[in-house]
Amino acid sequence: MQRWPVLLFLAWVCFLFFSGIGLFMNGFLLTRIELANSSSCSDPLVPPPWDKQSLPPGSCWVPQRFAKVVLVIIDALRFEFALFNPAKINPLPYENKLSFLHHLATSQPHHARLYRFLADPPTATMQRIKGLTTGSLPTFIDVGSNFATYAIQEDNLLAQLVQNGRRVVFMGDDTWEGLFPKKFFRSYFFPSFNVKDLHTVDNGILQYLYPTVNSGEWDLLIAHFLGVDHCGHKHGPDHPEMAKKLSQMNEMLRSLVDHLGNDTLLLVAGDHGMTETGDHGGDSQREMNAALFVYSKTPLFGTDPPEEPEAIPQVNLVPTVALLLGVPIPYSNIGEVMAELFSGDGDTVSEALQQLLVYHINAKQVDRFLHSYSLVAQDLPAEQLQHLQELFSSAVEEHIQLLAQVQSAMPVSPELESKIRSLISRFQLYLRQARAVCTQSWARFHPLHMVGGCTLIAASCLLCYVASELATVSDSFYRSCLLYPLLWGLVTALLRGLACVFTQEELDLLLLLSWAAAASLLGFFWHWWGWHPKRARLLGSQPPLASTGLRQRLRVWLGLAFPMGILLFRCGAMFSDSFVVAEAQVAPFMLASLVMLLIGKLHWDGHLTVPEGPRQQPLGFSSYRKESWHLLCLVAVLLVCVRLSGFFHQCREEIPQCRPSVFLPPLASLRNTRAKNLFYLLCVALLAGLVYAVRSWLRHYGNLNSSDPLVLFVRWGFPLVVLCIACYWAVASSAEDSLGKLQELVQVAVIAFPWAVYGLVSIGLLLLLCHPMTVFAKDSRESAGSIVTPYQGIPSSKVDLLQVIPQLYKRMQESEKSRLERRSCRATVAAYGLGSVYSAALVIALTLLGFLLMLLHTERLSLAFLLLFVEAFVLLHIHTRARSLAGDTEPFSVPWFAVISWLLAASQFFYSTGHQPIFPAIHWNAAFVGFHLDHSTNFLPAVLVGANTFASHILFAVGCPLLLLWPFVCEMPSSQKKKSKREPQEELQTVDEHMMEMRLRESPEKFSTALLQLGLKYLFVLGAQLLACVCAAVILRRHLMVWKVFAPKFLFESLGFMVSSICLLLGISLVMRVDCAVSTWFSQLQLR
Amino acid sequence: MKEAELRRLLAANLLCAVSIVLTALVPALFLDGFSVLGTHLTWLCVCSVCVSVLSISLCLILKPSPSSKRSSLSNKVRFVGIKGVRCFVFQCRVLHLGYPGSTLRHFMSTNLLIQILFKTALNLAMSIWENSLQITTMCSILGGWFGAFPIPLDWDRPWQVWPISCSLGATFGYMAGLIIAPLWIHWNRKQLTYKSR
Ligand SMILES: [Zn+2]
Ligand SMILES: [Zn+2]
Repeated sequence: MQRWPVLLFLAWVCFLFFSGIGLFMNGFLLTRIELANSSSCSDPLVPPPWDKQSLPPGSCWVPQRFAKVVLVIIDALRFEFALFNPAKINPLPYENKLSFLHHLATSQPHHARLYRFLADPPTATMQRIKGLTTGSLPTFIDVGSNFATYAIQEDNLLAQLVQNGRRVVFMGDDTWEGLFPKKFFRSYFFPSFNVKDLHTVDNGILQYLYPTVNSGEWDLLIAHFLGVDHCGHKHGPDHPEMAKKLSQMNEMLRSLVDHLGNDTLLLVAGDHGMTETGDHGGDSQREMNAALFVYSKTPLFGTDPPEEPEAIPQVNLVPTVALLLGVPIPYSNIGEVMAELFSGDGDTVSEALQQLLVYHINAKQVDRFLHSYSLVAQDLPAEQLQHLQELFSSAVEEHIQLLAQVQSAMPVSPELESKIRSLISRFQLYLRQARAVCTQSWARFHPLHMVGGCTLIAASCLLCYVASELATVSDSFYRSCLLYPLLWGLVTALLRGLACVFTQEELDLLLLLSWAAAASLLGFFWHWWGWHPKRARLLGSQPPLASTGLRQRLRVWLGLAFPMGILLFRCGAMFSDSFVVAEAQVAPFMLASLVMLLIGKLHWDGHLTVPEGPRQQPLGFSSYRKESWHLLCLVAVLLVCVRLSGFFHQCREEIPQCRPSVFLPPLASLRNTRAKNLFYLLCVALLAGLVYAVRSWLRHYGNLNSSDPLVLFVRWGFPLVVLCIACYWAVASSAEDSLGKLQELVQVAVIAFPWAVYGLVSIGLLLLLCHPMTVFAKDSRESAGSIVTPYQGIPSSKVDLLQVIPQLYKRMQESEKSRLERRSCRATVAAYGLGSVYSAALVIALTLLGFLLMLLHTERLSLAFLLLFVEAFVLLHIHTRARSLAGDTEPFSVPWFAVISWLLAASQFFYSTGHQPIFPAIHWNAAFVGFHLDHSTNFLPAVLVGANTFASHILFAVGCPLLLLWPFVCEMPSSQKKKSKREPQEELQTVDEHMMEMRLRESPEKFSTALLQLGLKYLFVLGAQLLACVCAAVILRRHLMVWKVFAPKFLFESLGFMVSSICLLLGISLVMRVDCAVSTWFSQLQLR
Repeated sequence: MKEAELRRLLAANLLCAVSIVLTALVPALFLDGFSVLGTHLTWLCVCSVCVSVLSISLCLILKPSPSSKRSSLSNKVRFVGIKGVRCFVFQCRVLHLGYPGSTLRHFMSTNLLIQILFKTALNLAMSIWENSLQITTMCSILGGWFGAFPIPLDWDRPWQVWPISCSLGATFGYMAGLIIAPLWIHWNRKQLTYKSR
């Protein structure tokens, strides 16, 4: 059997896909270019104002209005949290809790005001902090780097303050530490990552807040509270815990205001809101509407507050705070000053002039930024920039004239005042339009890379299809279709690298890989073209297609058309945002349709009915074969599974009437103890049931008889794993407060049990790698007595007696047999479980992985996993039955129908394990299974969260070789009677009927070809889905929904592709490892 | 095969199609607030009953099975039975494939099995009438299947709700099948040779 070429070929195909994905991502997910420039006090940007009025010391650009600013960031402070409505009789837990803000706003309307603070998407904390300090718009790709917080390189508010000798003191979320290293005069960081911890950060801040405020050693004090956000993630907004948290914040603000001086501005802001489930990251109304509250002990506003709180974009805070504190506005800011804060205490004219001044400065700064940005990057549309430029210069011209008029006519006439007002609104218009232009185009693309990536993926798909259609592969195939293309790729990469070295160009690794991939693709098609006719000539007498009639060809084509049609529909569905949003329903629908089509086709071909007898039966139940009934029952079970799996869906914000499944939250959040206990027992029982089912399956095929370490592990290790998981669930779901003294013990247990599972599962997987054989050989050459003695020695287990015999495989092929007979030893070797040795290894691996993945999900999702296993089992059986009913002549090739339905089930269970291809739906909690607080690296949490997200991809991809193996495992002996006869002579006659998976071993060439074909078919179907996503992203890149629907879908699909393909390789290599072991076993047997 | 029979089939099918159109229009004259979309279930019942009655009576009048043996009473009853049941069920038949969201769907899962039982005659068709039956059945299944596709789209139309679009699709498919069937039989009359016993 050719193991390495098969694996190498598949790995190479994966590499082709990966390079295509990489190239496409590179073109599609570009980040905004960050400018290194920074503003400074000495900028000639601002001409001295109308009077040669000198700036007070320590002020830049404009005189400072406040000496100190306290910025309290309450993470995820949704606008509704800050709103106070006294008329409400029964407020929800999050309503009417911040009563102090309301009190301030009503009692001192000129000192305090509430705003609706519009966060720009993506509403992740790190992006928001970036936006709140640089005044710019962080782009989509930054979402991915939420785990690793990079220092902000752009000019920002903190850098400006530090540059101008101000002291910035920070306390709270340690995300800031990574973003602003060495910027703080003093800082108190607290770990932010553990979302289950509601109090550490807040209590830490409260401990230092008032002493720091009193000490006065600061100019900007930032306190970033995380409790509200964490409470949202853990319990959702609608929970008594949230009421407690918000009341705590209210008290904090009350006492903070008591400590403030007259020269201090207090800003209370939420960095973003939260959805109904307490998550954030997207761009729904609830996530984007945060609250901003402004207060000062000196009067701030000249006018009364509006009826409805005004909505202002989040970037507006940056220029406002900068100018209020008298420091330059950060260079890349595109926000607009909040003019009413600059009104001062003078008359309306001086107020208007002051506002005009800050608007003028703001506009000049934005104009300067746009100018330098357009020099560096071409992504802002030129004509719009031109338009903005005109708007700006005309406004500036008018400004100069107006200033001259104001100076000449000092008591300003009302007419002039209205002119000033109109000029202010023109600056305002300019700033708003500039912001809109930036918002619009900071999702830019590199069309060449995108097209290149698309082409690579499409060509790889074609390659998969072409290669999977080959009937057999030989050495010459590998030479011409693997080796040469690889050489082509290597040579191209080398040439390209050399060219880069000579031209002193910067070497882009991604581009290099893409060149290599493209070259090796070309090489493949070139050599394949040359090799193909040669093969046809070799076959000579019967060219594969020419001689077969048109009708037969049409038949084959039709058989292919149905599954491919379904695949086409599925791919087409990726192009509509509605269908992507509804994919959780579309995938099961497609799966059901495909299975129905299969049944319909079998029926059409007459495979389901009994062949027409002499006396034709009228319609009735009896006209069906028994196997057909089995098949129909299986289909019914499948439909039930598909239906039930719909109970575990997560919701997307696009479907407002959707309610997330009640099974998704962890048991700990259940308040009803009875229900909690019931669910807990149910989950544990299901786990035990799974173990029982797997063990009885193994026993049924005789794989549980030997005393190999692996088998012992299955016997004793599996229950132990279940025990550990059950204990972990018990500890994790118990109420936190009720345990009292045991708290510390619980802390240990919460860590220890998951680690025990990790350890046991890795031991199991290692054992599986080292000793993948689950075969018990009973050598009866010495004692030619009864062959069947169940290993367990329990004579009553009739199942054993009946089932062991079919597992027998005598290695005696003709030569062997004669050799043995020459030794005059009429004996056989009875090998229990040899017939299912490949599948047994895969089943054990899948069960172990299943345990691991269930541990990473919340307790009740284990129900979904059970459904997954049942559905996979049923699908395998349907596939097997359908093949045997159709009388398939090619046992070594897996039909497209099976592969496509397998993959549809994989995508179905992606949704049915509570996932959605959007960022807020990621189960971040998975990173803390077995870890208490912070992770030292980002690798481990990424792996855990990834495994959680792509659980169904992993399971189905590893289990993919079962599609090939299952028909052999389920191979039915032609006659039931022979089973019961147990004499050795009979055995010899029935050898051929019980070979099961050993049939694969009999023809190693075909086996390796079959594995290769299966892998290629799987990759083709995966690749076709990916291609559809990629094309949708290209074609619809200016679509309204691209960042909300298509881009996340593409990201999830491509990550899923990578995970699936790697797991597919692992699954296939596991089969090959077993094959190695079987070969060794046989050779040892011969030596004996 | 007789051309006359084909013509009779065409006439019968056209009559069926026209009756479906009429059921959408006529009751509005008598019933207040009747519309295909608004009172979908009522329309569905009216339509099913009309089509069933019409096809049963057509069967009896036109004596579809010319050969003497096949026209035995039991056969006739059987045929009429199939047709009646089919007409009643055909609207809901697609539901087993239909969009998830109703418990009815579950119940209907069994429908396919029943359907398969009733359509065993697929490749043993005895007359152009049975052939026509097969074609209309296939067409209405397909129509219903395609009817599920507009449901997730965000057009906010009243018919984009689960049973309506599916059953509308099935109806259109059925009507298309009624017209396709005689044409298909006409074009393939060389290949179709019905056993006469
Ligand atoms: Zn946040
Ligand atoms: Zn958060």
